[in-house]
Amino acid sequence: MAENLNIFTRAQAHGPIDYGVPLPSGNDQRIGQPFHFKWLGWIGDAQVGPIYLGTYGFASILTGFIAIQIMGLNMWASVDWSPIEFVRQLPWLALEPPGPEWGLSLPPLNEGGWWLLAGFFLTVSILLWWVRMYRRARELGLGTHVAWAFAAAIWLYLVLGFIRPVLMGSWSEAVPFGIFPHLDWTTAFSIRYGNLFYNPFHMLSIVFLFGSVLLFAMHGGTVMATSRFGSEREIEQTYDLGTGYERSGLFWRWTMGFCANTESIHRWAWWFAVLCPITGGIGILLSGTVVDNWYLWGIQHGLVPPYPDSGVVDPAMMVPPGGGQ
Amino acid sequence: MKILVWIFAAILVALTVFMLFTAGWERPPIDTNQTGFRGTGMVEVSNPRIANPLLEAQLAAVPESTPLPPDGPGPTAGDIYQNVQLLGDLSIAQFTRLMQAWTEWVSPEQGCAYCHQLDNLAADTVYTKVVSRRMLQMTQTVNVDWGTHVAETGVTCYTCHRGKNVPEYAWFNTDPANDSGGGMLGWTAGQNRPAEDIGLTSLPVDPFSDLIEGDDSIRIVGRTALPEGQPIGSMQETERTYALMIHMSEALNVNCTYCHNTRNFSTWDQSPPQRVTSWYGLEMTRALNVEYVSPLSSVFPPHRLGPTGESRKINCETCHQGVNKPLGGLAMAKDYPAHQVRTGSSMGALEVADLEALANAEAGDEVEEEVLVEL
Repeated sequence: MAENLNIFTRAQAHGPIDYGVPLPSGNDQRIGQPFHFKWLGWIGDAQVGPIYLGTYGFASILTGFIAIQIMGLNMWASVDWSPIEFVRQLPWLALEPPGPEWGLSLPPLNEGGWWLLAGFFLTVSILLWWVRMYRRARELGLGTHVAWAFAAAIWLYLVLGFIRPVLMGSWSEAVPFGIFPHLDWTTAFSIRYGNLFYNPFHMLSIVFLFGSVLLFAMHGGTVMATSRFGSEREIEQTYDLGTGYERSGLFWRWTMGFCANTESIHRWAWWFAVLCPITGGIGILLSGTVVDNWYLWGIQHGLVPPYPDSGVVDPAMMVPPGGGQ
Repeated sequence: MKILVWIFAAILVALTVFMLFTAGWERPPIDTNQTGFRGTGMVEVSNPRIANPLLEAQLAAVPESTPLPPDGPGPTAGDIYQNVQLLGDLSIAQFTRLMQAWTEWVSPEQGCAYCHQLDNLAADTVYTKVVSRRMLQMTQTVNVDWGTHVAETGVTCYTCHRGKNVPEYAWFNTDPANDSGGGMLGWTAGQNRPAEDIGLTSLPVDPFSDLIEGDDSIRIVGRTALPEGQPIGSMQETERTYALMIHMSEALNVNCTYCHNTRNFSTWDQSPPQRVTSWYGLEMTRALNVEYVSPLSSVFPPHRLGPTGESRKINCETCHQGVNKPLGGLAMAKDYPAHQVRTGSSMGALEVADLEALANAEAGDEVEEEVLVEL
């Protein structure tokens, strides 16, 4: 087991291909001839495939493909169909939502209509993928925790692209589909609403984001540190506590007086992870609909530390009406 | 199937290398200078390895000025030369010195002929002469009316021209047709084309037409804690203002905290005083574009015009050129006092219609004389 002390999994067991358990009736066949790939073995399981596609998987990939095509072709058209410029400028390119003048009505295709279509297909694709995850878990006789964690991310996605724009009465409030454009959008959003750092739900979201990172580091570190005692075999150790997990519990009780157990550490991690997008989504949803300037809201609620006044006065207040910006 | 995994791995490696070698990294040292309350990050950031040589190079290129001749008795330019509309009160020596300076500032290669018809220096047949007369009026307006922005330093032709016929940094109105892609696809909402003017962001490419030529509101941040009254600042307007601010930051080579306490960009009583100077700068730029630069579009020949048939216009970089005080605050205007006062009895009478008539004159003496009489 000392082999596992490295970042990479140096010990690779190459047994016969594992085809998995038989599926209940009504399921499709798994697709593809499985094979071993040594490089993937360094970071995970060396066996690739077979994959289960199924009706929902097929429909999800199809609608997702349509959405990506709409985005990609619009991006490509915006650089005049130049393949070189498409690659060169790809991080800047985007499919933009309609302008504010269209409200929630249907704009022409090339003035935001494509954005609505792409958003529709992408949403369908994501929701179908969620159904697929839920059903695969059920068919394998698992709990549906992964599907519900995914649902937390879908909540944030729907708030940004659908729920909040509808409440604000305009598709133009939604996020563009693009790499840099969605990042610039995010900064602009924070500036527009007076700095999201003063939004308590944004604070919570950060707590759970950084908290997830901390928990992940603690858990990953603990398991690797005790893998010489076999603690990477978490499943066995959950119902039959072995030396590895005894030692990790001991370590944390010595260093901070309290330890999670093999099962509860994953419950901690799961909740921190799902609460990050759930609280974040609430924070986005409240911006513009309920609160227009989080900084001024923070002043009203004693959240903003007072700093010395710089003595600067808005010059627009010093010129005749109509003369200012 | 195995080949797909290899291809995927190759793409990942290629993208990582691409990222490492194409980002605009800036090697240290980075100097920070605290300008506000402790612990608030109110600092000016600069890189002396880049900023100092830039300014030194700009200052080294400034033509030397000769001593200003005394006013003295004797004939003035208006007594001797014809068609001197703005500078007629200068002594001959001062007038000649100013013309020489302008030549060095604006057309060092072409010389007098860049603006003058050499066999008749008084004629307004060359369009650049009409433009330069209007630009002198603009320079005088800046120095007389906009001390709120240019202070005692003032501006001259050189502030923008730097020895070039056309100021290097200026902007054209973008063609709205560029936004629509191929008709069916590719609409960009005026965004997502990396341009130097907006710091290579994916923000709106032309924030200038609406904000420093048009009078759309730059202010987009919510003014009350909770939404009240008419909503302001759509996301698109916010990104447009953001683009203008990035432009200012790039043009002056300063960071956001030069003018703003970034915990809340809109609050004035937390802002450094530079923000007021900057506000007047935006007001000034808009006024100059509207009153002086846009109307000249009809005077310029087609090769000087942009896609919408309008001339180049002013933005922050036109003067600042990467320095927070143009030319490091070098006060050139005081050596050429004609820039610091309004001159010429016909100030304000030079209407756009006249300019157009001048520009359209096909060097025909008849038309030319008629226009000159009117002026």
